[in-house]
Amino acid sequence: MTDSIVHPGLVLIVGALVLPWLRGHLRTAAVLLLPLLVLLLVWQMPDAAWHVRFLDYTLTPVQADKLSRLFATIFALMAAGGGLFALGQKNRLELPAAFVYAGSAIGVALAGDLVTLFVFWELMAVGSTLVLWSNGSRDSYRASLRYLMIHLLGGMILFAGITGHIAQTGSVEFTRIVLDSPAQWLILIGFLVNAAAPPLSAWLPDAYPEASWSGTVFLSAFTTKAAVYVLLRGFPGTELLIWVGLIMVFYGIVYALLENDMRRILAYSIVNQVGFMVAGIGIGTEMALNGAAAHAFTHIIYKALLLMSAGSVLYMTNRRKCSELGGLFHSMPVATICGIIGALAISSFPLTSGFVSKSMISQAAADSHLLTVWLLLAAASAGVFLHAGIKFPWFVFFQKDSGLRPADPPASMRWAMIIFAFLCIAIGIWPGLLYSLLPYAVAYVPYTWAHVITQLQLLLFSGLAFFVLLPYLKRTLTITLDTDWLWRKVLPAVATPSTRLVGAGQALIKRGGQRASSSALTLMDSHYGVDSRFARTWSIRGMALWVLVLLLGYLLLYFM
Amino acid sequence: MDKRHWLDDPRHVKLLWRMFLGVLVLIVAIGALLPLHPYFEIESVFGFYAWFGFIACAVMIAVAKGLALLLKRPDTYYRERDD
Repeated sequence: MTDSIVHPGLVLIVGALVLPWLRGHLRTAAVLLLPLLVLLLVWQMPDAAWHVRFLDYTLTPVQADKLSRLFATIFALMAAGGGLFALGQKNRLELPAAFVYAGSAIGVALAGDLVTLFVFWELMAVGSTLVLWSNGSRDSYRASLRYLMIHLLGGMILFAGITGHIAQTGSVEFTRIVLDSPAQWLILIGFLVNAAAPPLSAWLPDAYPEASWSGTVFLSAFTTKAAVYVLLRGFPGTELLIWVGLIMVFYGIVYALLENDMRRILAYSIVNQVGFMVAGIGIGTEMALNGAAAHAFTHIIYKALLLMSAGSVLYMTNRRKCSELGGLFHSMPVATICGIIGALAISSFPLTSGFVSKSMISQAAADSHLLTVWLLLAAASAGVFLHAGIKFPWFVFFQKDSGLRPADPPASMRWAMIIFAFLCIAIGIWPGLLYSLLPYAVAYVPYTWAHVITQLQLLLFSGLAFFVLLPYLKRTLTITLDTDWLWRKVLPAVATPSTRLVGAGQALIKRGGQRASSSALTLMDSHYGVDSRFARTWSIRGMALWVLVLLLGYLLLYFM
Repeated sequence: MDKRHWLDDPRHVKLLWRMFLGVLVLIVAIGALLPLHPYFEIESVFGFYAWFGFIACAVMIAVAKGLALLLKRPDTYYRERDD
């Protein structure tokens, strides 16, 4: 136990709260330096835990090991890159909200107990909702409410699970969790909601594309990858996760293929990529877990890069539909090239970061002799190139010429893209850097001739398939119904008549009540009102007579 | 401003296509010559990764088109009720 530990996540959160009051150069400096300071703090943390007593429990708000440091590192790095990209954001709420969001993601990665984990988990939901909200449009406001609803539901399920787990085991420690009662299942479900696992996966492609040009970049990074982290620590080797992951992988591809909104394509592709990680966690060997962790790290960088490229297009053209874009390579060389580098990385081309991370998951499937899983992962890898690797750059920057000639975005946005593009390639060329950060020792060599050649075959022939089948991929002004249909159409359709029914019932009761009370009032009035029998003024003679009668009656009764 | 880009010329696009097809043939040929250390039997089938990648993509597009028949809606679908 050390007293000198400064919680890096809290530093970012407190910094975020100061941010709205800064202006000009001071704000720029704070936005750029704060995440770097946090990164430094993450790296200075010893492999130790920090305990505090709270109620009857020993909490561990900070616990650092290789796995948590890996995720805290990438979250801080993402806050830095995203902050640079969002420097020109006019909205004063978005960046502070994004930093609170990033800081709480770091808090999740460093949490050593379930109570701390839950607190940061919910803070993430608040931060991300505010990022969405700050876009200010009607659509994003509505989307943020739907988003919050799903995450509060997930949070409630998680809370129920954590409470049950603590009641059963008496321990708040967050370590590997065995699925032996409903409480642990609830924890798993709570985690999976944030990982965008089916059937609630639709919250992600519904909400993320509604954020601002810079907001989506932040959103893409933290929630799902924090979920990957907690699954890695809590449920490694849970076989169910292999199948959950594979469903996510193909769901993402199929929906992305049908999508027209450029950022929604990339949002579906987040589900697809997280599917690879979840499947890796399900396989559960050291190689697979290393692969899942490494893939989360590289994914955050290239997905942010892709969304920065899309965000630049949105910023410069104010258009988001593929059917309205095209031919932008003429005037946006930086956004085009950086977008292509991100696309190559997500497709795991040799010499990019995806190649050295995703292949570990496939390799783990092969080592475990899981032929079906391995074949499905290979098919999915081909599909990634199809739905994101080519589709995104092709429809946005090439295809037919839309006639638009926007310039590249401002310098801060360009530099954010260039730095992240550099990271994608640097990790691809020097994978040792990333491998040294992984939780287990790595005995994997990504660059063998066999691997490079087979991967190129797979990808290039997927490319061929794309161009041969291009007529079937023409963009139309359509969306594809997803499970959010249930809470956007079915539930309101059921709820509206039932609220009407309840309303009618209420009105009936109210009217009945009013009638009853008014007739009671009339009755009272007739007896006790101004001119009623009881309120009438009586003559003194009459009164004296009645008193006499009463007293006589009393006397008689007394002696009888 | 309206300078034509190298890529705007259909002849150059055709050239790129030829180069791409050349690379495809080359990469399958190299794959056939190199020892690939297969983990599964199916990997030893000629050009496995090439045809598997192509067919996998074709199947995924077919599935997507099938799903679209059922689930495709105009992109104003959710807006109609709101406004």
